[in-house]
Amino acid sequence: MRRPGSPSPDFRAAAGPTVVLAYLIRRLTAVVVMLLVVTLVTFGIFYVIPKLTGSDPAAMFIGKQADPGAVEGVREKLGLGDPILVQFWNFISGIFVGRDYTGGGSSFHCDAPCFGYSFRTEQEIWPVLTERLPVTLSLAAGACVLWVIVGVTTGIISALKRGTAIDRTAMTIALAGVSLPIYFTALLSLAVFRTQLGWFDAEYVDIAQDPLGWFSGLVLPWVTLAFLYAAMYARLTRATMLEVLGEDYIRTARAKGLSEPVVVGKHALRSTMTPILTILGMDLGALVGGAILTETAFSLPGLGQAAVKAIGDFDLPLILGVTLIAAAAVVLANLVVDILYSVIDPRVRLS
Amino acid sequence: MTAPLHDTNAAQTAAVDVAADVPAKAIEGRSPWKIAWVRLKRDKVALAGGVVVLFLILVAVFAPLIVSAFGHPPNDFHEDKIDPLFGTPIGSFGGMSSDFLLGVEPVNGRDVFSRLVYGARISLLVAFLAALFAVALGTVFGIIAGYFGGWVDAAISRVMDVLLAFPQLLFIIALVSVLPNSLWGFSGSGVRIGALIVVIGFFGWPYVGRIVRGQTLSLREREYVEAARSLGAGRAYILFKELLPNLVAPITVYTTLMIPTNVLSEAALSFLGAGVKPPTASWGQMLSKAKEYYEADPMFMIAPGVAIFVTVLAFNLFGDGVRDALDPKGSR
Repeated sequence: MRRPGSPSPDFRAAAGPTVVLAYLIRRLTAVVVMLLVVTLVTFGIFYVIPKLTGSDPAAMFIGKQADPGAVEGVREKLGLGDPILVQFWNFISGIFVGRDYTGGGSSFHCDAPCFGYSFRTEQEIWPVLTERLPVTLSLAAGACVLWVIVGVTTGIISALKRGTAIDRTAMTIALAGVSLPIYFTALLSLAVFRTQLGWFDAEYVDIAQDPLGWFSGLVLPWVTLAFLYAAMYARLTRATMLEVLGEDYIRTARAKGLSEPVVVGKHALRSTMTPILTILGMDLGALVGGAILTETAFSLPGLGQAAVKAIGDFDLPLILGVTLIAAAAVVLANLVVDILYSVIDPRVRLS
Repeated sequence: MTAPLHDTNAAQTAAVDVAADVPAKAIEGRSPWKIAWVRLKRDKVALAGGVVVLFLILVAVFAPLIVSAFGHPPNDFHEDKIDPLFGTPIGSFGGMSSDFLLGVEPVNGRDVFSRLVYGARISLLVAFLAALFAVALGTVFGIIAGYFGGWVDAAISRVMDVLLAFPQLLFIIALVSVLPNSLWGFSGSGVRIGALIVVIGFFGWPYVGRIVRGQTLSLREREYVEAARSLGAGRAYILFKELLPNLVAPITVYTTLMIPTNVLSEAALSFLGAGVKPPTASWGQMLSKAKEYYEADPMFMIAPGVAIFVTVLAFNLFGDGVRDALDPKGSR
């Protein structure tokens, strides 16, 4: 039985390539606008707040014992005297065509994509970002595989065995898992596995250099991060699955005489996965800028750690760069999820 | 149990769906809040959470009394309790003794127990006030967006989308770090605590706003709103007297579930060095110091870590209970 208001089964035939294209263009425009807004707000805060509170961004950029001449040079190079929109425009155009920094008697060129220049470390921001992104992506991807497998499986089993000892044990562990702060579990696992047992006593290395070292350096961070998320996903999967199992079409499927594996595996699982996929996309996107705690606790040289260090140094151009990459990851992940959504769940229209 | 049908109240009682095993002595009208309270009282796990929450609040309120009875002033150094060679506490389990109940901090030997008790103040203060701030903003903007619709809704919804797309933790650290040491007459930790409340609350309101907006969208089409409107009720009357009372339940649920998240956020920020400034004690800050000494003095991480865990768990249990009590349909 079709619910009133649900799209006709053959809406895909009606949604021709032009509809899909128009949808994509609309969504991509929204993505670009969103990123521009995030940039402008971040930019504004880091450049306006120091003005309101009377501190000098140029002095903050190069350090506390900056001599006045150097500060003046930086101010000129960054155009800090310009109106904020001019500064914003220079930043944005730098991303696409590169940018020249001139002032204080010297000048240099920052190649496109130029996400700014750190006067603190005398480095262009973009290479720093590209150097650190793989670390964060390795962490997020490995942990994601673990937590999806463990969390979703636990959630499904819990839902199917509702009320049994297995369900109660799993949900107690999951509740403890979501209540444990990651910076505590990280320290605990370091103290137990690295210090006491001497396992996985490895620093992070690049996968291209030493795949085995890469793996063993990331095992503890993966497991720790995955534990937190697996707990969240187990709770979410269980709740969604129970809701889905109570729906009419599941009863219909059972009444048709379908075997339980088919009812659960084909009918229930598909609806359960839709909200989980949404959350998964958002979580993965958020991890690009949000694995700060895990990276700090395990001293992984990722984006988050770079940001924390940059914040400690008042290295605002680097903070801006990381914030932008992180926001871009969230927005793009949401877009990918929305597109996948319409593939998994035919009821979702491209609107 | 069958309801006696000779009384007109019976229909009303059935309509509010009183659980079957409550003895129906005299039939009386029950407000939804009374029903929720009855449900909550039967949920032992949630009650246990509530008791722990109450205990933590008392600890935070009476921190100075507790510390003067069982501990040492939180900022006093006890270097005689520290091994001068390694900087670690003398004695087993981080220097635990009848004098220092939970041991001492590495290097300077501050009393862990006292700092833990004072840390509860910061943690709960920030968590509660940030939740209140988020709920206030979220409710106002959510109702406005849901009730007025059109371009107002579109604008508010876009703002919420942008805020949710922000890399929040990163942004909060950055924002807190550009704040000056003194602002508007506050100084040191006062500025940081205020900033933490405002910033954590500010990034929390879109979550509340979305829920309130969704609820308002469905509530405003109800007959009683229609009736109030046709009787000539003004906009403000409908918003505050007709809609708001019906939103109190989801808002309450969301507030209780938001507090543990805020406890974690505050501790995370302090862990990263963007929280309250030393020497003010906070749990996250203790953990961040424990990180430096996890090899030499692994005991030091236990006390603040367990404190955060217990606080968050208690609020989660209590919050789940409140949700189940107020929302009988969501049987999770």
